Amino acid sequence: MIRFAELLDALLFTPSRNGKLRLMVDYFRHTPDPERGWALAALTGVLSFRGAKPAQIRALVAERVDAELFAWSYDFVGDLAETVSLIWPARPGANRVPDLTEIVAGLTEATRGSVGRLIEAWLDALDATGRWALLKLVTGGLRIGVSARLAKTALAEFGSVPVEDVEEVWHGLEPPFLDLFLWLDGKGPRPEIGDRPSFVPLMLANPLEAEDLERLDPAAYLAEWKWDGIRVQLVGRGGQHRIFSRTGDDVGPAFPDIIEVLPPDVVLDGELLVMRDDGIAPFNDLQQRLNRKIVTPRLLRDYPAWVRLYDILFLAGEDLRPLPLTERRRRLEAWYTAEPRHRLDLSPLIPFTGWDELGELRDGARERSIEGLMLKRADSPYLAGRPKGPWFKWKRGALTLDTVLMYAQRGHGKRSSFYSDFTFGAWRGTELVPVGKAYFGFTDAELLLLDKWVRDNTTKRFGPVREVTPGLVLEVAFDSVHRSTRHKSGLAMRFPRVHRIRWDKPPTEADTVETLEKLMVE
Amino acid sequence: MSPRPERWLYPTPAGLYCEPGDFHVDPVRRADRAVITHGHSDHARPGHDHVLATAPTLAIMRARLGEAAGGSLQPLGYGETLSIGEVAVRLVPAGHVLGSAQAVLEYRGSRIVVSGDYKRRFDATCAGFEPVPCDVFITEATFGLPVFRHPPDGHEIGRLLKSLGLFPERCHVVGVYALGKCQRVLTLLRAAGYDAPVYLHGALATMCDLYRAQGVELGPVLPALGVERAELQGRIVLAPPSAMTDRWSRRLPDPLVAMASGWMSVKQRAKQRGVELPLVISDHADWDELLRTFADVGAPEIWVTHGREEALVHQATRLGYRARALSLVGFEEEGDVGGERMEA
Repeated sequence: MIRFAELLDALLFTPSRNGKLRLMVDYFRHTPDPERGWALAALTGVLSFRGAKPAQIRALVAERVDAELFAWSYDFVGDLAETVSLIWPARPGANRVPDLTEIVAGLTEATRGSVGRLIEAWLDALDATGRWALLKLVTGGLRIGVSARLAKTALAEFGSVPVEDVEEVWHGLEPPFLDLFLWLDGKGPRPEIGDRPSFVPLMLANPLEAEDLERLDPAAYLAEWKWDGIRVQLVGRGGQHRIFSRTGDDVGPAFPDIIEVLPPDVVLDGELLVMRDDGIAPFNDLQQRLNRKIVTPRLLRDYPAWVRLYDILFLAGEDLRPLPLTERRRRLEAWYTAEPRHRLDLSPLIPFTGWDELGELRDGARERSIEGLMLKRADSPYLAGRPKGPWFKWKRGALTLDTVLMYAQRGHGKRSSFYSDFTFGAWRGTELVPVGKAYFGFTDAELLLLDKWVRDNTTKRFGPVREVTPGLVLEVAFDSVHRSTRHKSGLAMRFPRVHRIRWDKPPTEADTVETLEKLMVE
Repeated sequence: MSPRPERWLYPTPAGLYCEPGDFHVDPVRRADRAVITHGHSDHARPGHDHVLATAPTLAIMRARLGEAAGGSLQPLGYGETLSIGEVAVRLVPAGHVLGSAQAVLEYRGSRIVVSGDYKRRFDATCAGFEPVPCDVFITEATFGLPVFRHPPDGHEIGRLLKSLGLFPERCHVVGVYALGKCQRVLTLLRAAGYDAPVYLHGALATMCDLYRAQGVELGPVLPALGVERAELQGRIVLAPPSAMTDRWSRRLPDPLVAMASGWMSVKQRAKQRGVELPLVISDHADWDELLRTFADVGAPEIWVTHGREEALVHQATRLGYRARALSLVGFEEEGDVGGERMEA
């Protein structure tokens, strides 16, 4: 448990992806089974045991610590798990330090009545970092900035295998993952998936650059709309059904309405959307459905889910991935014609003869549900990862707005000495109203200049944030703009980035909030 | 019968004032006569006419303040007694930084200990805290909340060395306060067997020289200025906290930002600061040390000065002491970042 706690602590503070990877690889290398397997389960969020509610933890600490002292401390620290871990009065030598395996086993067997005493005994035996990790573990949600995908990437690096291979076997495995580690240690075969519904690594597209078009033969490509939803893989296998996200996370529990219509013995690739009678709902509506632990009937009614299919990878046990796209498409259409069902439909192919014609179609599509176009080579097999060449995404031209820099915040890691996170505003009368935040889109050389400008034009400082004179215009690019109650302007941009720094433009000539409102697609 | 303590030693706008001796302890405004507990600039302020302190503290004041250190500077060795009017003044080690002292004041059979800032754990750079039995013990409360329980120093230094092993291409830059923390971290590194050169930000050089001149061994240190970037890979650089997020740090190769401070035990705060490796190394007593000290000095009465007074007064009262907060102002300025004293 001490090693695991130290790992969580280090992961919490390490901002860089590479740093986190190295910490995890080091942990997997130096920690024995089954401990590392339980840690992996915790990192990837697949542990299931009786946790504890914050109220139970509060009750435990109330038995040990004066109420007023606790209140002052909580007020100062601001986080329950951390306050309890720091304030817990040590009982030196009270208990042997538990290992993670014991803790998982204990929690798995615990009843609602016994879990409190169990946690109490462990708190007595651990140091502050250990207590913190334990409380994070039992109250759910580690929140240390590690996704399941990143943990799998670390596994791949640790075992020197492609991450796609890890993803492919992942959903057939159970904690503490002994066969997985045996394989990654080079001491055993790659685990067999059997007929469990496991994730098939996705084929991803590259962004289309302007110069790409010149060398691509339009006759060799198929075109589809790029829908503004999230990519999912639908899996039916061995009588079970799963919905996996792009990164292989099982999102099925949040979408029972899709699960219930899934066919057996097929693996499909498509776009998850919220669909109403009047068509595809805005992305914001889909977000209401994501990451829900409890799906209410009301949520199902107000935000009905839908999957628009564009590929088929397996059918009745047959691996279709080596087939060319045209053949897979034919199989997909044949299968859907034979087994049409509610909440699933096919993403149509867009007929075209040349790039100019397609470009016009792309620019003409102003519907909010369309992000642009997908171009896929007709003869492309389905390959894991992001091979360069067969598939492209051709996004619709971005929207832009001339805004005024209002606040800058210091970045993290390599950027911790730079003001690199920028909040910008647009005019409403004579007042500047913040409309968004961007922290990329500029070069390193431009960042140096921006940083200097911020330091030279600071009017107020709030910790890591500086307020600046309204004197610099940033041309901001973004994919779309939506209503939002979270911002003072009532608007939220999607995917904003600094497009150009307009050193030349006087701030009074920047755009207004009204202009931004007009860019909104209702 | 002895005089009531609060009648002969009490807070004034200029700081704690000893009436029968007509002097202040660590005055925050210019005073005729000042007894200074230690060299941190919120305690040792410039411009007093007469200053009484230990010789190392006077040396620190001269190094930092030059002429403004005071009109006349009078050293008093640990354990020696000086009579000022009817008051006997004695300086006793406080274990905080080099030269730090508790001022033990006696007047007509009543004894008050003004402890200044102190800690109880071992520190190779200064004499250890000596408990002195007294009627009133005046304590700081920088870490006066039960969430502050500093782990062993060796454990924290071990984490720094472990990180150096895991990220050998990154320069590990450790934020340290120039007086005390810097030298303490150096001696802790040496005690842990780290004997490679440690590189110093320019602002730390003066105090390190002074410590060495006072006989404190720091091992090989080099200025960070002018060193090739590549040479600093996998090295430890010490810098004042303010330099870490400043443009200065850009000369370092892929710096991993560490900070040595008692505040680092609160994760969210360390994270907000952009610290990647928080090291809980403090020159102040933690919660347990504060309470243990009250028991060790056996004082029936505890006065609490700067820091988190309310919680400490509350707990001292629960433990049966007569405890109250002394509202002294002016002890949170230098090195203060976001309301926290960074020398802590």
